[in-house]
Amino acid sequence: MDIFLAKAIEFGVIFLFGCIGETLTEKSGHLNLGIPGIMCAGAAGGCFGAGIYLTSVENPNGFVTVLLAILFACLFAGLLGGVYAFLTVSLRCNQNVTGLAITIFGVGFASFFINSVVLTLENASTLLSMAGINFFGAYLPIFDKMGVIGTIFFAHGPLAYLAIVIAILSALMLRKTRIGLNLRAVGESPATADAAGINVTLYKYVFILVGSAIAGLGGLCYVMEYMGGIVGSTVSSTIEGIGWLSIALVIFTLWKPDLAIVGSFLFGALYILSNYITGVTFVQTKLLNLVPYMVTVIVLIITSVRGKKENQPPASLGLSYFREER
Amino acid sequence: MKVEATEKIHEPLFHIAKRESVPLWQGIVVRAVAIVIGLVVCGIIVSASSSSGKNFFEVYASLFSGIFGSERRIWLALQDMALLLGVALALVVSFKMKFWNLGGNGQILMGCLACTTCMHYLGGKLPDAVVILLMIISSVLAGAIWAVIPALFKAFFKTNESLFTLMMNYIALHIVSATITAWFPKGTGAMAPIEYANLPVLGEGQMGKSLLPILVVVVLTGAMFAYLKFSKHGYELSVVGESENTARYVGINVKVVIIRTMILSGAICGIIGLLLSGAINHNVSSNMDGNMGFTGIMVAWLAKFNPVGMIFSAFFITFITRGMGQVCTDFGFTNDALSDIIIGIIYFLIIGCEFFISYKIRFNKKLLRKKES
Repeated sequence: MDIFLAKAIEFGVIFLFGCIGETLTEKSGHLNLGIPGIMCAGAAGGCFGAGIYLTSVENPNGFVTVLLAILFACLFAGLLGGVYAFLTVSLRCNQNVTGLAITIFGVGFASFFINSVVLTLENASTLLSMAGINFFGAYLPIFDKMGVIGTIFFAHGPLAYLAIVIAILSALMLRKTRIGLNLRAVGESPATADAAGINVTLYKYVFILVGSAIAGLGGLCYVMEYMGGIVGSTVSSTIEGIGWLSIALVIFTLWKPDLAIVGSFLFGALYILSNYITGVTFVQTKLLNLVPYMVTVIVLIITSVRGKKENQPPASLGLSYFREER
Repeated sequence: MKVEATEKIHEPLFHIAKRESVPLWQGIVVRAVAIVIGLVVCGIIVSASSSSGKNFFEVYASLFSGIFGSERRIWLALQDMALLLGVALALVVSFKMKFWNLGGNGQILMGCLACTTCMHYLGGKLPDAVVILLMIISSVLAGAIWAVIPALFKAFFKTNESLFTLMMNYIALHIVSATITAWFPKGTGAMAPIEYANLPVLGEGQMGKSLLPILVVVVLTGAMFAYLKFSKHGYELSVVGESENTARYVGINVKVVIIRTMILSGAICGIIGLLLSGAINHNVSSNMDGNMGFTGIMVAWLAKFNPVGMIFSAFFITFITRGMGQVCTDFGFTNDALSDIIIGIIYFLIIGCEFFISYKIRFNKKLLRKKES
């Protein structure tokens, strides 16, 4: 049981990154369906950053490896997010169509880049799995002394805690700061925000880029921490599935980053449940896979039926803003 | 805060304005330029990253041979194009209503599943004609039901339809994979083709297999064009899309229009599912939709929701998809990841070029001159 909970948290962290990234993007009024592709790009970038460093240095330092991986994951994901931002903010293209194109590109890119560039580095696969276990899987030493609680909460790598810190910071930013207030204004009614003197374009760009970078860390987290650096051929299709669930999680957690922490652990548990549950038939385990989606639909319905203002999607979600169009 | 009177007035270097309308040729030229740039980028990437020693121009030879290379390839391409166009036709009615139906994949899959269920349980036990009739009814119903669930909630509670339909895709996917496991508990998750109650083959070879889907979609295209252009329903749904308040004011029952249109949209996806399962594959698998629910969005959107224009965009997307598949084979790439990259880049370009069709950029000449001097 404690192993299951620990694994649920470990997997949930991947969702948490994707969910926070998408929440920030959606708060600026952009429904980024490219998140699955952007997470894949993050995974590719992270492997590349870590791989280059590991293959060029004799005794790699764990801290530097993790830092470089994070940096490159953010960079690659941010670049793809930049393409999305340019197309939807500056060129005012349809967000759904652009997002789907980003996903198609990102999934293909990650699969191609990992196989043809990262894994062709000398010894890359061995070194990456070494780094995955020793550096990304490094946990706090107090874990051994705390029994069950230690196993569940403290046996995680650095990325898990980074995710929680980012989630809390995003929640505080959205609720307590002027930047957060302006961002919400941009997502609810860009025309009003514009009239109030907020630089709508700047806000949209910044938060799409930041959101993409954070989501990219989710891809990195899956490859290096959950999979322990083992880069298989199905990496990008798995991350794509995780990406769509992260978008679902945004709805499930009502666009609130602090709720996302709990929600992501729940989704993590649901996602791996079929591997740990015993005494059910094979068909039932297959049906368990649709529970997260079902739950999301139910939450979506309940929030819209109750119609509470603070639980709704940002009002201008999915609409391009053109100042002269009123 | 005190504002200085001498503060410099900021003049933007350029100004973006919406175009009223664009002449047809101009729209075509802009899109053609985007496509040509995309194809050049494609040639450069493929020839640079391939180790097969083939050159830049051979990329295009492969690209064309992918769909025109043999009679079989031509028919396969036409079949793919027909199915894609069919899905896009289903989506276009909902998009005209500004109902973002991202659930095409799920609706197709449910159509496939319903059709295969009939074949699995009744095939060989009842006369084929009866089973086929049941297959048609159940596929259409399954697709329609899968689409009308989000529509009902949208109509009555304004539930966000793009997120709802997106989730319905995955629910359908897992239902299909669970059903296959239930039917064949010891199997690998793949299903052997069912021999009974297949839809008729109209002739020899690949042509015979592909002709039925193609004919069905040809009829559908004509019907949808007429429905959108001449029928009262088609008019009502575009009014709802333009402005719900106007629709309500002129006495259109918005709820009825949303539900009715989505039943139609889902039913057409169901028909595509029927063709996929009943006429082409004779079984069901969890990736049978081939992501057409998403690609169909691209087809519909590129043609600005015009059924006739969609014939061209469906052709183009099929051309790129099948052509790139051939390029990857010819240039020795083991997986089709490269093809996704190229398709993604071409999509970016044609999505981006729409900006130059709907907007124009006016440069501030005074400012430009000042900069030069």
